[in-house]
Amino acid sequence: MILLIDLCYRDGSLSRDEFVAPVERLLCRNGVASVTRHYTAVGASDLDSADAAILCGTALMDTGYLEHPELFRWLLTFERPVLGISSGMLALAAAFGGGVDPCREIGMTDMNVLAPDPLFSGQEVFPAYTVHDYAVQVPGEFVALAASDRCVQAIRHRSLPLYGLLFHPEVRNEWIVERFSRLAGRQSP
Amino acid sequence: MKLGVLFSGGKDSMFACWKAMQKEEVACLITVVSRNPESYMFHTPNIRLAALQAEAAGLPLVEVGTAGEKEEELIDLERALRTAREQYGIEGVVTGAILSVYQAARVQRVCRELGLWSFNPLWLADQEAYMEELIDAGFRVVIAGVFSSPFDESWLGREIDRRTLDELRAIAQKYQVTLTGEGGELETFVVDAPFFAQRIAIEEASKVYRNYNGVLRIERAGLVAK
Repeated sequence: MILLIDLCYRDGSLSRDEFVAPVERLLCRNGVASVTRHYTAVGASDLDSADAAILCGTALMDTGYLEHPELFRWLLTFERPVLGISSGMLALAAAFGGGVDPCREIGMTDMNVLAPDPLFSGQEVFPAYTVHDYAVQVPGEFVALAASDRCVQAIRHRSLPLYGLLFHPEVRNEWIVERFSRLAGRQSP
Repeated sequence: MKLGVLFSGGKDSMFACWKAMQKEEVACLITVVSRNPESYMFHTPNIRLAALQAEAAGLPLVEVGTAGEKEEELIDLERALRTAREQYGIEGVVTGAILSVYQAARVQRVCRELGLWSFNPLWLADQEAYMEELIDAGFRVVIAGVFSSPFDESWLGREIDRRTLDELRAIAQKYQVTLTGEGGELETFVVDAPFFAQRIAIEEASKVYRNYNGVLRIERAGLVAK
């Protein structure tokens, strides 16, 4: 079971349909069970029962989740696969001490794969949908997996299956979420 | 949060408006009237009747014109959003974008420049579920434009009810078009919505059709009690 985490400005927000529901549907289409929680309501039992977690994106103006770093400390000890999408990548990097730099990209952007990884295997360059105001400063425990001509677009922890994507894979790159789901499945007990 | 809804009079912007009303306050509708029928951003038949739909909904309408030239129409969109912010205090904008990265990204950019939130509540919607919900919720939608095979003249003016949806489903499967007409195969006009105080009666309309391209021109319409 994948724990989907909604980072939007409040539980049941108008942004939920835009940033969470498409990922829910994508997992459902691929036969992957998921449960969704707002980031303010993630409990110990949610984390215990999850094989993996996906942190979903938010609207550009929506940065409230960055004001509550204590709600993301569980990422440091979770040790199962995590995929942080856009704002989710910022939250993941922040949990490991990564800061942010201003970098606005809106629209389709080419991603250049920088390092080998099962998530992007077979791809060198692919276009992806970006909607963000900030790029991450890659924390020391992470490596850069892909970049646009402006900033790092994908990161992975050096020893744990923790991924961050600055772009939105649910838009025109569903294959990445499918690969992540398979990765999560392989790691299930 | 006070929101303005980018409004074309078709089903997607109207449904997005309804979704927004359930979560936030819709302060006004915003319509950009393009003089260019080929505009990727704003083209829609019967755009002049948006004012009547706004009246039916009891919502104020901010209407601006545009020549519909590729990048200049974004300046006109920005002008419309500034007006909506000044007149109605909107803090964000709602669109009915479903799949168009072109439209969604351009609206996102203008909103960000103005410090406005941007919401796309139909983004990547399940097309089957969306169309079912549209009908179940009480939206009455007529087909006001067809721009692809196999839609013949008889489709113009048809209401999207269960029977029509069944036919659209069969066409979508056979001809590789989306159920919602996202590829520009269909344009729609909403005559009633759950948040309308009155519904729209089409009193006079004409069809202009040739070679799988046609529009229903609504010449005269009025409001009637529901």
